[in-house]
Amino acid sequence: MRHLISPLDLTTDELKNLLQLAQEIERNPDKFKHACDGKTLATLFYEPSTRTRLSHEAAMLNLGGNIMGFSSADSSSAAKGESVSDTIQTIACYADIAAMRHPKEGSSYVASRKSPIPIINAGDGGHQHPTQTLTDLLTILNLKGRLDNMTIGVCGDLKFGRTVHSLINAMVRYTGIKFVLISPEELRIPSYVREDVLDKNNTPYEEVVRLEDALPKLDILYMTRVQKERFFNEEEYLRMKDFYVLNKEKMKLAKDDMYVLHPLPRVNEISVEVDEDPRAAYFRQVQYGVYVRMALILTLLDIHVD
Amino acid sequence: MVENRLNVGKISEGVVLDHIPAGKSMEIYKYLHLDQMDCCVAIIKNARSGKLGKKDILKIESPVENIDLDILGFIDHTITVNIIRNETIVEKQILTLPKEIKNVIKCKNPRCITSIEQELDHVFFLSDAETKTYRCKYCEEQYHRH
Repeated sequence: MRHLISPLDLTTDELKNLLQLAQEIERNPDKFKHACDGKTLATLFYEPSTRTRLSHEAAMLNLGGNIMGFSSADSSSAAKGESVSDTIQTIACYADIAAMRHPKEGSSYVASRKSPIPIINAGDGGHQHPTQTLTDLLTILNLKGRLDNMTIGVCGDLKFGRTVHSLINAMVRYTGIKFVLISPEELRIPSYVREDVLDKNNTPYEEVVRLEDALPKLDILYMTRVQKERFFNEEEYLRMKDFYVLNKEKMKLAKDDMYVLHPLPRVNEISVEVDEDPRAAYFRQVQYGVYVRMALILTLLDIHVD
Repeated sequence: MVENRLNVGKISEGVVLDHIPAGKSMEIYKYLHLDQMDCCVAIIKNARSGKLGKKDILKIESPVENIDLDILGFIDHTITVNIIRNETIVEKQILTLPKEIKNVIKCKNPRCITSIEQELDHVFFLSDAETKTYRCKYCEEQYHRH
């Protein structure tokens, strides 16, 4: 039984096949609209995440399948104290595949050990969010035509931002990748990512504080939100916050083919005025998220469409 | 004049754990569940040691098969394990860092699934042998030794 618990569960070859399938779905969605007829996806969301849940549901509906599930722990048996393992063994009697979001880290892995149906980790606390990583990879591939030989800037909260950690983990497997890590001192990338991932894979990187200093070098800019509560004091937050707001003026420093990605939701770190810029790719990224989840559902269910 | 010496006799069959860092023997006693074993155990604390200055020694009169050497490797893989038969050392076992340990240490990450599901085993895997880093199998949080 295949599951997707961590972005590294897929080899680079498997990933290549999955992304190619997602591209084929994008080109010819009609071909896949009955691929999951009679199949059901259960969305087990122990905490609310409307965007991720709807993306999974849209993916299954586009494939002709059915959806069921819950969107908070209050409306599941977890409120009665049921274990994740018991829940998944029950749900498996109703559904063919499950996407699970849970506030506790490692919950999807626990579910997968007893599950007779494929589990998609749709986020387990601050730990992993592999379908976001797949979305990011498909977006980069579609925009740049490759996943190797580029300089990727990641900006904002690099300390707690799991999407950034997962993206780095996934991208260091390709050749010619360089990272520019753009963050305030308080929110620098954790040492285990620097040492265990970047250093171990001999991936070159530099750490900078100002977004302007990094922009001219980048092929991809991955923005994340800098949250006020992450700072030790308000004064420091007020001093730093504008460094990490991308606006029209700063976009002038970037290459013509540098694309801006963001896992969304954004608050104010990308000015609305940037949305009109053809290099703003974050809403296209949402659409790619549906295609890649469609490809993932087909892959995990081992469904082939000729 | 009677000399004040502390003598612990030889064991005929069992295991002698030597070169335990001074003060760690009780911790090892606990981890190896020696309190639950029906055999003779001698704990020697602060013995003189050429190598360590001071050391602890544990003498356990029980076949080595009854002792979890994996746990010992996790606690301190530099401890010497002497296998005794007929009052003689017949083998010295070299300890290695175990690849995985189960229910020896607990994950302290409050966001880990083990914090709410009590029946789960606490499993840690060796993520980096060079730095002796262990991580929780569920949340991958690093275990920090004291």
